[in-house]
Amino acid sequence: MSNTTARRRSGTQAGPRRNAVLTIVMALFVIYSFVPLAWLIINATKTQSDLFSTFGLGFGHHFALFSNIADTLTYKDGIFLHWLGNTLLYVIVGAGGATLLATLAGYGLAKYAFPGRRAVFGVVLGAIAVPGTALAVPTFLLFSKLSLTNTPWSVILPSLISPFGLYLIWTFAIDAVPTELLEAARVDGSSELRTFFTVSLRLLAPGIVTVALFAIVATWNNYFLPLIMLSDPRWYPLTVGLSQWSAQATGAAAQPIYNLVITGSLITIVPIVVAFLFLQRYWQSGLTAGSVKA
Amino acid sequence: MMHSTRRAAVRRIASLAAAGAVVAAALVGCSSSGSGASSSGSASDVDAALKKGGTITVWNWTPVAKDQVAAFEKAYPKVKVNLVNAGTNSTEYTKLQNAVKAGKGAPDVAQIEYYALPQFALSDSLVDLSQYGFDKLKSDFSSGPWNNVNLEGKLVGLPQDSGPMALFYNKTEFQKYGLTVPTTWDQYIADAKKLHAANPNAYITSDSGDPGFVTSMIWQAGGHPFTVNGTKVNVNLQDEGTKKFTSTWNQLVEGKLLSPVVGWSDDWYKALGNGQVASLITGAWMPGTLESSVPQGSGQWAVAPIPTYDGKPANAENGGSAAAVMKQSKNSALAAGFVKWLNDNQDSVNIFVKGGGGFPSTVADQNSPEFLNQTPAYFGGQKINQVLVAGAKDVVDGWQYLPYEVYANSIFGDTVGKAYSDNTSLDAGLEAWQKSLISYGNQQGFKVKAG
Amino acid sequence: MSEITAPTSRRRPRGLQRKVSLAGAAFVTPFMIGLALLVIAPIVYAVYLSLFRTQLIGGTAFVGFGNYVDLIQDPKFWSSFLRVLLFLVVQVPIMLALSLVAALALDSARLHGVRFFRIAIFLPYAVPGVVAALLWGFIYGNQFGLTAWVNSALGWHLAPLAPSWILGSIGNIVTWEFLGYNMLIFYSALRVISTDLYEAAELDGAGAWRIIFSIKMPAIRGSIVIAVIFSIIGSFQLFNEPNLLHGLAPNSISSYFTPNLYAYNLSFAGQQFNYSATVAIVMGIITGVISYVVQVRGTRAENR
Repeated sequence: MSNTTARRRSGTQAGPRRNAVLTIVMALFVIYSFVPLAWLIINATKTQSDLFSTFGLGFGHHFALFSNIADTLTYKDGIFLHWLGNTLLYVIVGAGGATLLATLAGYGLAKYAFPGRRAVFGVVLGAIAVPGTALAVPTFLLFSKLSLTNTPWSVILPSLISPFGLYLIWTFAIDAVPTELLEAARVDGSSELRTFFTVSLRLLAPGIVTVALFAIVATWNNYFLPLIMLSDPRWYPLTVGLSQWSAQATGAAAQPIYNLVITGSLITIVPIVVAFLFLQRYWQSGLTAGSVKA
Repeated sequence: MMHSTRRAAVRRIASLAAAGAVVAAALVGCSSSGSGASSSGSASDVDAALKKGGTITVWNWTPVAKDQVAAFEKAYPKVKVNLVNAGTNSTEYTKLQNAVKAGKGAPDVAQIEYYALPQFALSDSLVDLSQYGFDKLKSDFSSGPWNNVNLEGKLVGLPQDSGPMALFYNKTEFQKYGLTVPTTWDQYIADAKKLHAANPNAYITSDSGDPGFVTSMIWQAGGHPFTVNGTKVNVNLQDEGTKKFTSTWNQLVEGKLLSPVVGWSDDWYKALGNGQVASLITGAWMPGTLESSVPQGSGQWAVAPIPTYDGKPANAENGGSAAAVMKQSKNSALAAGFVKWLNDNQDSVNIFVKGGGGFPSTVADQNSPEFLNQTPAYFGGQKINQVLVAGAKDVVDGWQYLPYEVYANSIFGDTVGKAYSDNTSLDAGLEAWQKSLISYGNQQGFKVKAG
Repeated sequence: MSEITAPTSRRRPRGLQRKVSLAGAAFVTPFMIGLALLVIAPIVYAVYLSLFRTQLIGGTAFVGFGNYVDLIQDPKFWSSFLRVLLFLVVQVPIMLALSLVAALALDSARLHGVRFFRIAIFLPYAVPGVVAALLWGFIYGNQFGLTAWVNSALGWHLAPLAPSWILGSIGNIVTWEFLGYNMLIFYSALRVISTDLYEAAELDGAGAWRIIFSIKMPAIRGSIVIAVIFSIIGSFQLFNEPNLLHGLAPNSISSYFTPNLYAYNLSFAGQQFNYSATVAIVMGIITGVISYVVQVRGTRAENR
């Protein structure tokens, strides 16, 4: 199929004036998105005393980024690295599991007719309408009865259900996996599961990557549920750990470590950004692949 | 410190414990009728538990606790302490409350601030330490903190630190603007006006609405807004003492003489460092915070007794915590032994004070010449502890916190906060707070009324 | 887009049909089990809790619909509900309009560096709420923050954390966080539009604006409906930003600022778990009804 961009460019009234306005508009969006992040990067290079005495968006008297990073990673016997490890565990198992469940279920909803299919989606949409944060207490009490609180499972289990992921795969699978292919495989005698692994999975790949990405972000940034489920800091993810460091600035025996909080925040963001940049090419191919009709 | 002192300390503890055991045994025969809970332990149990060893979990957010635990484990090698920082004040209390409600998950020992103790004592989740003879330790602690850990006839914890209030002021700023160091609140107000008139960016102090501060100030003014007798509670935030406080403080609130910076934010630390907040009225633990977090102020600050309404000494406590043993503990004797060591053992308290953990609540330390003669450079060599310890002796008696003070503080901003943001009289806000507290208390099954 | 391609049963024997049907159900089952245990069970438990009342003194008692009656008369609840409703009506259209503009610009093929713009605007979504609150807390500080600098440079008196501004300031943070996310939803939908439509439009001599309104917008109506529904749900569930900003603006953000914050404080500050569950259930019902209505009207328009 020919490139849509080439087609459109040749036929429409494109003009340099149009180009400039759009670019300025997008540049404004980018500046809006970047200013707080720029603040983060600039202030991660300052020592704590510079933080308190210099202008926010300007650099400090000393360049302390590397010593800040070193301090962040070694403070209190390296608990930050511990938190990093926890977060990786929660993300790999939680987001991985969520992607798997959502893919299976979305695929099933899209490609199979079975009794109660409409009801399933209705139930899912209904379930996410109840405020998650207010369900935290019943979930906490339930988990407490099962002695699951203050364990990694209390964080991982709730993150396994991603209704949005299910919806994404569902809509993607409808177009991306042609039913004719499935029929052909069926006629050949392949079981549904085998067909799924050999045929459908490859076709679903871009959608799966998208769902995985969103699940990774959601579990990496998970804050509220771990906050109430975990009482031992050794199981904290990075988000809860950072908020504890930030709270250290308050009250009697306060020991503010703003420079570590800021540097820690920067370190926390970097892996996600890298993941997005790395997986970007999968999106691009995936999103245009969806437009291909057999 | 000489090596022999630790051995001497152990000997001291052993003899204390032995004495305590004898006394406790004698008392068992004629135990007081106050404690309703079954007294199943005794002082010798504590000793035995420490010797036998075991593992306990301790929730404590004081940074220096780590060093204290290390020293404890050296003294009692058979005991393993699992030290957990479960969050500061209300973050930790939420987790504790959840654990109490769920019936499991609570630590053996928890650090609980004085204002939150009644709440946990009420839900019967704290062990009465008098069964181990700890009530004999009364003379070791100053009266304010000791009263705070004795609730409804039970000893629910041992004081860790205390916070008798004082006036911390930026001497350099005061001299620059020709302000007198106030001894009465009227003088303080006059200073506030003078400072702000001379420099519109500077304020005498900051106060964005802190329930702990307001309750302590009412305390200092002689108010008794909360009277608790079992489940009968009286709330009166319009009594004489409260009115005394508000008639003074309203001048600052309505006169826009308070810095709008929110306490404990990084803006606040900055303002303390560059003179825009010229003084603080707060607990005796503040020097540690100033020294570690406001380095630009070094050498500029000084300490004076808290101003009073009529020139006669009167003070209150602001902040400070105790260590309590949770009823869920499977080894309360061992936990109690740890609590006693943590807050009553001289080695432990020394580590605490030297490590900037806070202002001691033990009389011995408050009165030790070494402590009194300290001349910290941050305060220009002033012997600040003499001022702070003197302040501890003037704490007004008879103060009580609500049995749901943690909740009360959480809705302070909803009610009194409006007065701060609108710069209107605090009395209306306090009245609204009172109404909310009465309605909540009654909803929760207490018998609460006004006055 | 919401057309379901149901396999026809004409070409298959019934035994195979049932086997295929079962397989379909099997694919969905793991997710549904998880849903039942981790979402439905807590909801059921919350409903159960809402029928009781536990007091600090006096234990637990069955009160039937007592909590619900109290809720309907609770001024704090209604104040918080109206606040998120106001937030919804103002912030969501603004954010989605901006996201749409950005998505259309990306899709217009008149832009260099599409990939850069796409990732740059999406980045804020990757930032955890805790960090976002920290960053914007600095920017909003009108003592030493960026706002202070703007105020002194331009002579303005901005006070983003003051009570009358705070809702807008929070709206700004939410917009910042989700602009890229919604942009991506729209952009993905735009990329799937068949090029046949564009060819036909060119033959008709349609200009760029005409293409946008006649082809692109109708084609992505489904994703707009979804984005609206998720934004509605998000607005009603607003919690993270006010909770994290509370420390910086204690007198602007009450303990009942949003229904979720109210429910949270009822549980964790007031130990009133039953009433908190009641708030959650009621908000869930309201949110569900509104989402359903939006979905029905949205898809009805699409199928016209």
